[in-house]
Amino acid sequence: MIDKVRPHLSQNEALLFERSSPGKRAYQLPALDVPPVDAAEALGADNVRAEIEGFPEVSEVEAIRHFTRLSTWNYAIDHGMYPLGSCTMKYNPRINELVARIDGLAWAHPYQPEVLAQGSMEVMARLEAALAEITGMDAVTLQPAAGAHGELTGILLIRALLEKRGDPRRKILIPDSAHGTNPATAAIAGYAVENVKSSETGVLDVSALEQIVTGDVAALMVTNPNTLGVFEENIIRAAEILHAKGAMLYMDGANMNALVGVARPGDFGVDVLHLNLHKTFSTPHGGGGPGAGPVAVKKDIEPFLPAPRLKRSGKKWAWDYKRKHSIGRVRAFYGNFGVLVRALAYILAHGGAGLRNATLDAVLNAVYIRKQLEPYFELPYPSPNMHEVVFSDERQAKAGVHTGDIAKRLIDYGFHPYTVSFPLIVHGALMIEPTETEGKRELDQFIAAMISIAKEVETDPQMVKNAPYGTRTSRVDEVSAARKPVLRWKP
Amino acid sequence: MRYLPKSDSERRQMLAACGAESAEELFAHLPEAVRLKRPLDLPAGISEYEIVDYFRARAAENANGYASFLGAGVYRHYRPVLVDTVVSRGEFLTSYTPYQAEISQGTLTAIFEFQTMMCQLTGMDVANASMYDGSTAVPEAAMMAARATGKGRILVAGTVHPEYRQVLRTYAKNQGMPVEEFGYVPEAGTIDLEDLDRKMDDLTAAVIVQSPNFFGIVDQVKAAAEIAHRRGALLIVVFTEAVSLGILEPPAEADIVAGELQSFAISPSYGGPYAGILAAREKLVRQMPGRLVGQTVDTHGERAFCLTLATREQHIRREKATSNICTNQALIALMATVFMTVYGKQGLRELAGQNLAKAHYLAGKLKPRFCGRFFNEFVARVENPEAVNKALLKKKIIGGLPLGRFYPELGDAMLFCATEMSGKAEMDAVAEALA
Repeated sequence: MIDKVRPHLSQNEALLFERSSPGKRAYQLPALDVPPVDAAEALGADNVRAEIEGFPEVSEVEAIRHFTRLSTWNYAIDHGMYPLGSCTMKYNPRINELVARIDGLAWAHPYQPEVLAQGSMEVMARLEAALAEITGMDAVTLQPAAGAHGELTGILLIRALLEKRGDPRRKILIPDSAHGTNPATAAIAGYAVENVKSSETGVLDVSALEQIVTGDVAALMVTNPNTLGVFEENIIRAAEILHAKGAMLYMDGANMNALVGVARPGDFGVDVLHLNLHKTFSTPHGGGGPGAGPVAVKKDIEPFLPAPRLKRSGKKWAWDYKRKHSIGRVRAFYGNFGVLVRALAYILAHGGAGLRNATLDAVLNAVYIRKQLEPYFELPYPSPNMHEVVFSDERQAKAGVHTGDIAKRLIDYGFHPYTVSFPLIVHGALMIEPTETEGKRELDQFIAAMISIAKEVETDPQMVKNAPYGTRTSRVDEVSAARKPVLRWKP
Repeated sequence: MRYLPKSDSERRQMLAACGAESAEELFAHLPEAVRLKRPLDLPAGISEYEIVDYFRARAAENANGYASFLGAGVYRHYRPVLVDTVVSRGEFLTSYTPYQAEISQGTLTAIFEFQTMMCQLTGMDVANASMYDGSTAVPEAAMMAARATGKGRILVAGTVHPEYRQVLRTYAKNQGMPVEEFGYVPEAGTIDLEDLDRKMDDLTAAVIVQSPNFFGIVDQVKAAAEIAHRRGALLIVVFTEAVSLGILEPPAEADIVAGELQSFAISPSYGGPYAGILAAREKLVRQMPGRLVGQTVDTHGERAFCLTLATREQHIRREKATSNICTNQALIALMATVFMTVYGKQGLRELAGQNLAKAHYLAGKLKPRFCGRFFNEFVARVENPEAVNKALLKKKIIGGLPLGRFYPELGDAMLFCATEMSGKAEMDAVAEALA
């Protein structure tokens, strides 16, 4: 039944510190071509450290084996599907890695003279323009380092605009289906958070919205399609309600993979939105980052964007630091340039039509999974879904098996789990996003695995609850880890 | 399109299974008014060959084949081949955040090693799994100090990287954290302790200093700690040049260390991606932002690792979280981990020693502006920085950073950096141009 995986030999490996032995080395420096300097004399004896206690000492061969063995303990997109809802784990083209490492780009210092950085600046300008076209917005900043950083930038922009109008207002409205970063961001931007209950169909309730949008509200932060994978059908009306009261519509672009080439936030009333280049635009997640979180805005917000901004000066690009309304910097330099290069390479590879086709395939894959799994898992919100679908464990919970258990059992079938227990409005959620880069075979294997687990829940629920079995590490005790934190190695 | 794996016949089969005739039908529920009724105005897709060509052409428009003496937060260090070898493995490159511990032990183990090495280097008890970069680690450290002390005011040295200070102000503005700066001693280039003492009060949550500071000078961490602690404030020590930790005494008097790891085999890459780090005293761990990996066991009692203390984080605590950070810089932190492994205990010391020697050789030929002790960067007095840099560019040398843009009083000064990659001949050429 499990046709994707079989148990496999996996090697043990100690921590670097346990592998170390004095005198081993994996480096060789060139001979010094200037006179050596006595450290105590140059720095002051008090400022010179003793040896770094416990620091690794291994040979080159041991170093590469160490990290290679560790790597084999990971699941990755290169192994197979990663159905993590909201995370958009798509294939990461390797050409993007190559171009980001071209010397003239990789070795460019952020302070090298602008005349000697025109290539980098052109890459950024071209990406800004492409993202503006894709989102239907007027201007884009590439400075934010990740999605949550983009959110913060976006909310600070809204605050700056409202402050200029005379009143920054007090609170941000956030639907109960939102990502945790949304309320955390609002708090860091100095706003109070008011949660907005979703309607029975899992979307924004506009009549409720009309009641709660007061003169105190700075913005509504909305993810569209929302975290159920459902398009906010009343988004234009929501924007009108907000705008009529002088409030702004912020869109979390985490789910842009459902919209590229099909619908543009700028065309449905969004004032500010952030993108996750490490989701929609395929830059690798790398085990948790780096990402990039560009923010796209409408014209009236452009003056507040973080400085510096790219500007055309004759036939050259220049950095414009003199931006008196700017919210300031949100990070040093200009952004995660290496990530931007990869995202532009992805956009160039697809082209306009290709990007739209990717969206069509992403939605097709999610709808296909929904149709196949609907008989086996509860679908709490039956509205049409886009790039992801959210089931609940309601039926399996009757046998004592919960979404987290099903997720762990899925590992034995050769898949990374889906997103567990999110969004919060679905009790026991199974949130599945296949992305467009899965073929029919991988999808069918995933569907077969899910159906098989649903049957196992009926016949042997305890077996499912103790999964996984095929991994080198069995179920990990997260409770003890938090109770008595051991956060570093000690001899 | 080569990134879409389905054949047309597979698409048709799948559509049929969905009861649809075309993919467009799957979008029928979208309101008419939101739909884009024209193709995106972007050129058609291009081949791999053309993509390489495009980026090679852009790279050619940048500096190529230049020697450089720029530092100022971003340093040219040799990148051992093993670094890209390891991070190019798909298992690291294309994996997600290691929430599913059973199939993420590779990433988790490497982060645990990273956290350990960060503690060993900085002298702190705990370190997180990375921040976006050094500049954003600073306001996160300041907010952490504000939570820990229940106070809000921040005193930051004018010798902290100017762009880091700008980022701090952006964050602090809406946090009820007034930020004030204190000065430096004009002769030494070190922090002005009297000015700090004068500006210190009981409402101050944190004092922020950088060492080596923006002028490359080893700063007075101990003295700053005394002043801060006397008034119940925390001391945050910032570093931008991580290689200095191979030879300099770690800032053990600090309560929080906020740093940038770009020096550890991360390409300058026109400003990012880099990796920031926050390390702190054990008692502050529950105030820390960002991800932490902890040791535990699996059901067989075998050692295992997992993300832990998540109740600090946004996905659990939402608006009450210690930070809104989610995605960090995991792969870049892995690069730094491989770098630290390759150089190891002896190598990092030797590397730092070479940097020290190179910078002192160059400084010996120029006119240092400050008398403070420095590591691999220093400020030189230069009559006309722009003219000097212009002359150097003709020799394919990018000179130092003219400081007037950040410090109006230093219009006659440039910040030079020399690393193990700075050749004697190039340094002699710089000296000649300044003579």
